[in-house]
Amino acid sequence: MTSELIRKTAAELAELIHSKQVSAVEVAQAHLDRIAEVDGTIHAFLHVAADEALKSAALVDEALAAGSEPASPLAGVPLALKDVFTTIDMPTTAGSKILEGWRPPYDATVTKKLRAAGITILGKTNMDEFAMGSSTEYSAYGPTRNPWDLDRVPGGSGGGSAAALAAFEAPLAIGTDTGGSIRQPAAFTGTVGVKPTYGGVSRYGLIACASSLDQGGPCARTVLDAALLHEVIGGHDPLDSTSIDQPVPAVVDAVRQGASGDLSGVRVGVVRELTGEGYQAGVQAAFDAAVQQLEKLGADVVEVSCPTFPTGIAAYYLILPSEVSSNLARFDAMRYGLRVDQGSSAEEVMAATRESGFGPEVKRRIMLGTYALSAGYYDAYYGQAQKVRTLIARDFAAAFEQADVLVSPTAPTTAFPLGDKLDDPLSMYLNDLATIPTNLAGTAALSVPCGLADGLPTGLQVMAPAMGEAVMYRVAAAYEAARGPAPTPEVTA
Amino acid sequence: MSAPVYDLVDFDEVVEKFDPALGLEVHVELSTKTKMFCGCPTTFGAEPNTQVCPTCLGLPGSLPVVNKAAVEAAIRIGLALNCSIAPWCRFARKNYFYPDMPKNFQTSQYDEPIAFDGYLDVVLDDGETFRVGIERAHMEEDTGKSVHIGGADGRIHGAEYSLLDYNRAGVPLIEIVTKPILGTRERAPEIARAYVTALRDLIKALGVSDVRMDQGSLRCDVNLSLAPRGSGELGTRTETKNVNSLRSVERAVRHEMCRQAGVLLAGGEVVQETRHFLEDTASTRPGRRKETSEDYRYFPEPDLVPIAPSEEWIEELRATLPELPWARRARLQKEWQLSDEELRDLVNAGALDLIEATVAAGAPADDARAWWVAYLTQQANAREIPLDELPITPAQVARVIELVKSGELTNKLAREAVNGVLAGEGDVDEVVAKRGLAVVSDEGELVAAVEAALAAQPDVVEKIRGGKVQAAGAIVGAVMKATGGKADAKRVRELILERCS
Repeated sequence: MTSELIRKTAAELAELIHSKQVSAVEVAQAHLDRIAEVDGTIHAFLHVAADEALKSAALVDEALAAGSEPASPLAGVPLALKDVFTTIDMPTTAGSKILEGWRPPYDATVTKKLRAAGITILGKTNMDEFAMGSSTEYSAYGPTRNPWDLDRVPGGSGGGSAAALAAFEAPLAIGTDTGGSIRQPAAFTGTVGVKPTYGGVSRYGLIACASSLDQGGPCARTVLDAALLHEVIGGHDPLDSTSIDQPVPAVVDAVRQGASGDLSGVRVGVVRELTGEGYQAGVQAAFDAAVQQLEKLGADVVEVSCPTFPTGIAAYYLILPSEVSSNLARFDAMRYGLRVDQGSSAEEVMAATRESGFGPEVKRRIMLGTYALSAGYYDAYYGQAQKVRTLIARDFAAAFEQADVLVSPTAPTTAFPLGDKLDDPLSMYLNDLATIPTNLAGTAALSVPCGLADGLPTGLQVMAPAMGEAVMYRVAAAYEAARGPAPTPEVTA
Repeated sequence: MSAPVYDLVDFDEVVEKFDPALGLEVHVELSTKTKMFCGCPTTFGAEPNTQVCPTCLGLPGSLPVVNKAAVEAAIRIGLALNCSIAPWCRFARKNYFYPDMPKNFQTSQYDEPIAFDGYLDVVLDDGETFRVGIERAHMEEDTGKSVHIGGADGRIHGAEYSLLDYNRAGVPLIEIVTKPILGTRERAPEIARAYVTALRDLIKALGVSDVRMDQGSLRCDVNLSLAPRGSGELGTRTETKNVNSLRSVERAVRHEMCRQAGVLLAGGEVVQETRHFLEDTASTRPGRRKETSEDYRYFPEPDLVPIAPSEEWIEELRATLPELPWARRARLQKEWQLSDEELRDLVNAGALDLIEATVAAGAPADDARAWWVAYLTQQANAREIPLDELPITPAQVARVIELVKSGELTNKLAREAVNGVLAGEGDVDEVVAKRGLAVVSDEGELVAAVEAALAAQPDVVEKIRGGKVQAAGAIVGAVMKATGGKADAKRVRELILERCS
C-alpha cells in the first residue's frame, strides 16, 4: 500500500482522501515511512516534522468524518517545504549555520496558506545557503543527492524540494526561484517547477536572498498538481508591498483545457539566444523533440530573438549580490541565531559570528555586492545592471508581441556530478543562463520534464508574460499529456 | 595621540574675521499611532521591547509596509514648508552596522525625497523676518535605543555591557534639512534658534508630532562652518549632535563659531567630524573619530513600491492645512489689538494657545491674557514647569473670569479658587463651594453686617455725613473682615453711603 500511495499524484491522493478511501494520516504515514527509508541517502530534508504532520493530517480526517467539505482541493496531501519559509513549529535555517536551530516566532504567509488549505507539511527541505547556488552543495548541512544518480547534484538552490519529489518522499513541494532555483532543480530531477510572476506569491516570511528577484512557487511531479498548489499559495498579501493586488490566474482550468491536447492558435516562440552553442547535445535534442511535439499539437512555432538575454547573467550577478549584501546584514548575533562571543565589542562579535556562520558562496556574494554598491561604483555596476534589466524586460515585451509563450531548454546541461563546479563559480553561474531573464523581468516561467539525455532528465522551459500563467500552464499540460508518463528514478535505501 | 588644544575666540572677533555658514538637520518623530513600516504602537516610555514585531525587529523573512498616515504627515509638513511634493519617489536603504538597528540598514529616502525645495520665514527678536531655505524633507525610520552600562557617563566607550530596546525602532521620522544658511553674521546663533522654534511651532500646529525636544521627538543636528570674512567660500563643517533644547541650539552655534575660529586663527584645520554638545559646559566634544568616511551604499529599497501621491490627494491636504503659526499670530495680534512687543511676550511665555483657548471658552481676551501672563505665569514659575503644564485648563480659567464678571467672586477670591484648582481640589465651582468662596450676595446678611459696622464706629459715620466720603473705607474694611473677605466691596460701599446720607 505504501509504495502505491507514494507514487500517486497529489490530485489522485486528494481524491482518495476526500472520498475517504484512504485517510490523510495513512497518506502522511506512507510518506514519512518513505522519508525514513530513503532520506538517509538522498538528504532532501533538513527537518522532518513527523508528529506535526500526523496531527495536521488527523485534523483533516476528523473534519471530513464530521461531514465538512475539504478545506481545499489539496486538503490532506503531504508537502515538503523549502527551509527558507518561516514556520512557527519547526526550525528555519535557510540552509545556513548562522540560523542553526532558530525557531521563528511567526509563520510565513505561504506557510499559513498551506495550513489553512489542510496541506500536511512533512518537514523542511535542504537548499543552498540562503538560496545561493545551483547544486545544493552550498548547504551548511551537507548536499542533497540526485535520485537519478546519487553521485550527481539535484540542482539548486531548491535541490531538497526537487529531490523529495523525484524520490517519492512527497507529492508536492514549495521552492523559491531567484534565478532558476525552482526550474533548474526541476529539470535536473525530472519534476515540474513553477516560478510565478513576481508578486504573485507572497514573500512575507520568505527569508530574502535578493528581494527584487525572489519568488516562491509550486513544485510537483505533474503540471496539474503544480497548478492546484499554485492556486493555494498565490494571491495578494497586504503584508508584502510588492504583492500583486489581483486574483490568482485560473491555472487549474488552464491545465484541464491544455490536457485536451489542442494547442491550435497558440503561438510558441523559440528564443534563438537560449539554444545552440553551450547547450549539451542531448539537452538540445530533447528540446527540439519537445518543440516538434508542440507543433504537432497545433501550436504555431516561431523563432524570436531576445538579443539582451545573454547579458542577463552579468546584470544578475550585480543586482543579486547587491541586495544580498544588504539583506544579510541583519545576521549579526544581536537578536537571534548563532553568536560567536569573541572580542570585547559588538562589532567584533558581529564580525566573528559572520565569519564563522556564513559559508563561502554567501561570503563571496556579500563581498561582490558590497563592492558593487560602494560610492563611486554604484552607477557603473548596480545602476548599469538595472538598465540591462529594463532592456531584458523590453526584449520580453517585444517577443510576447510575436508569441503567447516562449520556450527554451531549462538548463544547458543535465545534472552535473557532485563537486564538479565547486571550484569554478563562473561555470556554476552559467547554469542559470536560460532561467535568469525571467527573474530580471519579473515574468513567469515553468519547467516540465521533456525526456532523458544520456539517461538523465531534461526540462522544457515555458515562459509567459507577467500574470500570463494560464497560457503557460495550458501549453505545459498539453505537452505533458502528449509526452506521456515521464520516466522515474529507482531509489533504494 | 591627542588633538592639539586651541583657545576659543571672542564672539565679536569671530564675526569680524569670519562668515558663518549654518545648516540645520531636524528629525521629527511623528505621533502616528503605529510605526513607519509595521503595526506596532509608538507610545513613548513603554516597557523595553514590548512594542515590537517581526518587521521592526528585522527578523528573517519579515517585510515592511508603508504607513499611509506617515506619508500624509510628511506631505503636510512639506506643504507647510512651501516645498514641492514629489509625484513619485522611493525609499532607499542606508547600510551600516549598529546593534540598535535591527536590519543593519535604515530604510530612509536618499536622492528622491517626498518634499523638496521650500522655505520657512522666521521672525527674529527685533521683528525682522529671515527666510531659511529648505533643501528637503524626507521620511525614514528611527533606530532602537542602546543603554550602555558600566562605562563613564553612559557612553559606549568603557561600558561593561549594553542593553537594547527596540520599541523606538521603526518609529516614523521626518528629517528636514535646510539649504546652507548664509549671511547670518552675528545673528547666526539667534537665527538657528529662531528657525528651530518656528519649525517646532509649525509642526505642532500641524498636529503631526508632539515635538518635545526633551523626549527626543524633535532632534536637531547643527552643521556649521566658517570662511574668511567676505571670501564667499564655504569652510570645512562640523556636525554637532545631542542638541536637546532651543537654548542649546543657540549655544551650540555660538560655541562652534568660537571654537572653529580658534582653530583657524592658530593656523590649524577644522576636522570634518561629528561632535557632541555638552549641556553643562555649553561646549562640544568630538565624537568617535572614523578611520574612513562612512559609505552607506544607498540603493532603492526593493521591498517597497514607489510612493506616488496623486495630485488630488496633495491638493486635498493643501486645502486642509490648519492655520499656520505666523498667520495665526497676525490674526490674534489684530483681534486682541496687541503691540508687537506684547505679542512677542505672549509667544515667548508660551501663552498664546492657552489664551486663545480661554477666549474660545467664553472669556474676554483682555481678562484671559491678564490671568495667563500674570498670576498663572507666576504660579508656573514657582513650580518650575512650563505654563501649559499647570494643572488648570483654559475652560477653568474662563469660568473663574466669568464668576468675577458676574460679581460672584472678587479678584482675591478668584485667585483662591485658582489655587484650589491647582491644588487638585476639583473644578472651579467645586473649589468655590468647598472653600466657601462665594461673595456674600444675600442682601439681608450684607445689610446686617454693614449696620453692625456702622453702629460700632459712630465717629466714622459722623465724618461721612460731614462729607468725608473717603472715610467709608474704614467701614468697608470692617465689613470685609466680618464676612471673611467674601463681600462685594462695591456693594458694601453703596450700602454704607445710602445709610449715611
